[in-house]
Amino acid sequence: MRRTGAAAAVALVATLGLAACGGGDGDDVELTWYINPDDGGQAAIAAQCTTEADGAYAISTSLLPRESSSQREQLARRLAANDASIDLMSIDPPFVPELSRAGFLAPVPQELQETAEAQAVQGALDTATWQDELVTVPFWANTQLLWYRTSVAEAAGLDMTQPVTWDQIIDATREQELYLGVQGGRAEALTVWINSLVQSAGGEVISGEASNADEVEVTIDSEAGAEAARILSEIGEDGLGGPGLPTSDENGNLSTFEGDRGSFMVNWPFVWPAMSGAVEDGSLSQEVFDDVGWAMYPQVVEGQESRPPVGGINLGVSAFSEHVEESFAAIACITDPAKQAEYFVTNGNPPSATEAFDDPAVQEAFPMADVLRESLEAGAPRPLTPFYTTVTLGLQRTWHPLDQIDPESTPERSTELLRAILAGEDLL
Amino acid sequence: MSATTGPGATSSPTAAPSSSSARNANATSSRKPRRSARRRAEARLGWILAGPAFVVMLAVTLYPILQAVWESLFNYQLTAPDDRTFVGLNNYLVILTDSIFWRAMGVTTLIMVITVAVELVIGFGLAMVMHRALRRLRGLLRTAILVPYGIITVVSAFAWFYAFDTTSGFVNSWFDWVPGISSDLNWFAETPTALIVIMASEIWKTTPFISLLLLAGLAQVPGDLEEAAKVDGATPWQVFKRVIVPNMKAAIMVAVLFRALDAFRIFDNVFIMTQGSAGTEVLALLAYRTSIGQLQIGMGSAISVLLFLCVIVICFIAIKVFKVDLAPAQGGK
Repeated sequence: MRRTGAAAAVALVATLGLAACGGGDGDDVELTWYINPDDGGQAAIAAQCTTEADGAYAISTSLLPRESSSQREQLARRLAANDASIDLMSIDPPFVPELSRAGFLAPVPQELQETAEAQAVQGALDTATWQDELVTVPFWANTQLLWYRTSVAEAAGLDMTQPVTWDQIIDATREQELYLGVQGGRAEALTVWINSLVQSAGGEVISGEASNADEVEVTIDSEAGAEAARILSEIGEDGLGGPGLPTSDENGNLSTFEGDRGSFMVNWPFVWPAMSGAVEDGSLSQEVFDDVGWAMYPQVVEGQESRPPVGGINLGVSAFSEHVEESFAAIACITDPAKQAEYFVTNGNPPSATEAFDDPAVQEAFPMADVLRESLEAGAPRPLTPFYTTVTLGLQRTWHPLDQIDPESTPERSTELLRAILAGEDLL
Repeated sequence: MSATTGPGATSSPTAAPSSSSARNANATSSRKPRRSARRRAEARLGWILAGPAFVVMLAVTLYPILQAVWESLFNYQLTAPDDRTFVGLNNYLVILTDSIFWRAMGVTTLIMVITVAVELVIGFGLAMVMHRALRRLRGLLRTAILVPYGIITVVSAFAWFYAFDTTSGFVNSWFDWVPGISSDLNWFAETPTALIVIMASEIWKTTPFISLLLLAGLAQVPGDLEEAAKVDGATPWQVFKRVIVPNMKAAIMVAVLFRALDAFRIFDNVFIMTQGSAGTEVLALLAYRTSIGQLQIGMGSAISVLLFLCVIVICFIAIKVFKVDLAPAQGGK
């Protein structure tokens, strides 16, 4: 047994040695890429780039938990322990400043920075930057669109080729006694929504990019904050989100939207393949599917361009990696626009590279690709702060449930709470 | 760290067995002095056998506890290691003056009191049924009653969550004839309804445990006492109250103590169903959110230490005030 094993090993080494003749001497460089769960797209790209590297490095993937907060927990705990087994990381954008400030990210080489800046949409670049430096590389970029039932919009007399406002869709939903698909549950999605409303009204949840907790400037107690609170409380008080509103999430919104009382919904593009899949397996009627339309995220102030949410995944290299150079080479390969386009078509995650949206396969699979690109260019990142978790949990605590929001006092209350928590004077 | 704390900590547990064996030795030494040497050898063998496990236990429990106490004195976030500062008891001050902590404490205590009380009543009923059942049915009955206890808590939490969920659950449509329940009821949006589901799931899951402990207690009640009471004309209620309960008081108290400690550390059901929203946050979840969710190691450790102290207080009250004797439950002499 052992002898045959040894013989096989010798044979293997011999063939590898021959195969590696033209591929440099990097056979041993094994890169580990910590990925968020997807439909196998990242693993496929890892295999592709391993082949393309021609022996310079090999990428293997390691799966992170499904929830983005749990992904951060695992990465932060490993990095805090100087774990050298991580090379590449798929990072949810809001946690980029935290990992960067802690010194967990290896600096991105100048050349790669330039490539990324030239090819990526603005919304994605904003999320990858901390204190004016690109500290991660945008991989795929997510954004929310306004999905609507054409019949509902027509009945309300809305011209969906023009930007619509939150007030218009609220009125339409109320008059026709339908439900709005919005994320009112006490979760990250609520912060995503609040942030986009505040930004669309011209404000900011946090201003500046302070490194220290006691210097973080909370600016949600503003006119823009009050306007966001007004919209949220109106939806909450009038029950426009349906009975599930206090616990609703993106998946729940989709079922509401597909149901009899569906009207408008703000949601990520995953809903498109989900709906077409539902038509194929018979759980959604073709009639409803044909009724679905999409547009840019609603405006808060009429005539003022909306700032849609931006999500996605950025790629970073661990500061404790033993193969930093190869890791950045791998990132250059992974973020190649052609691969991003393929990833979009196969996994439903939109590219960060502008040109990838022009890919014919993308245009065919996602007829809303151009709107997505436009939305990503206009998108606003969530607050860029190393204390993002504190900020988002603080917002969720003070802005939930929606029917308890008071435009007069909620922004002020959340500001006070965030200040106290950041100063370590309060629990969260 | 464990090496330095080891000897100090071992001293108190060693004191207990050695003093009892000494007492036994004294009692027997006047008559049979040779037994004493054998007893000592037995005690020594006992320590040799149990010692390694004891040391391992100290390493995996005492060491983390001491580390948590130490870290609770710092303002320390895992992702800002350079900002770590010693703050003394300030974390405790912040926690003990914060309404969130006291609210979580209240919710935890409420869940503990209600679930243990309900479980005790239902558990007693089930234990009686198992005890009185025909011999042929006993095995089947016991298995049927034990099934919920065999289910992983996270799985049962999900099952209950999806059953009560407004969009995918069946409870609202099956029970819409009950006043207060309609298809629009969102169980997890308000504190009372959310707590009802959480506690129901907890009760469903752990009543078998309590009924098993009570069944063991029932088996200890001498049958002739019951018979004598019946012959004297006692009603079934009188037999239950005057004969059965007094004779199994120890088993009842052990069951209550075990379940109370378990219930006080409730985590899974709340974590899965509400994540602490709708005013359902419990202490264990608060500790988890602070140290794992926010990576606030200092503050989170302080909450954990307080949770630990609460558990000790409950134990102390049970053992000293209610005089629970743990020996029978441990299978001791």
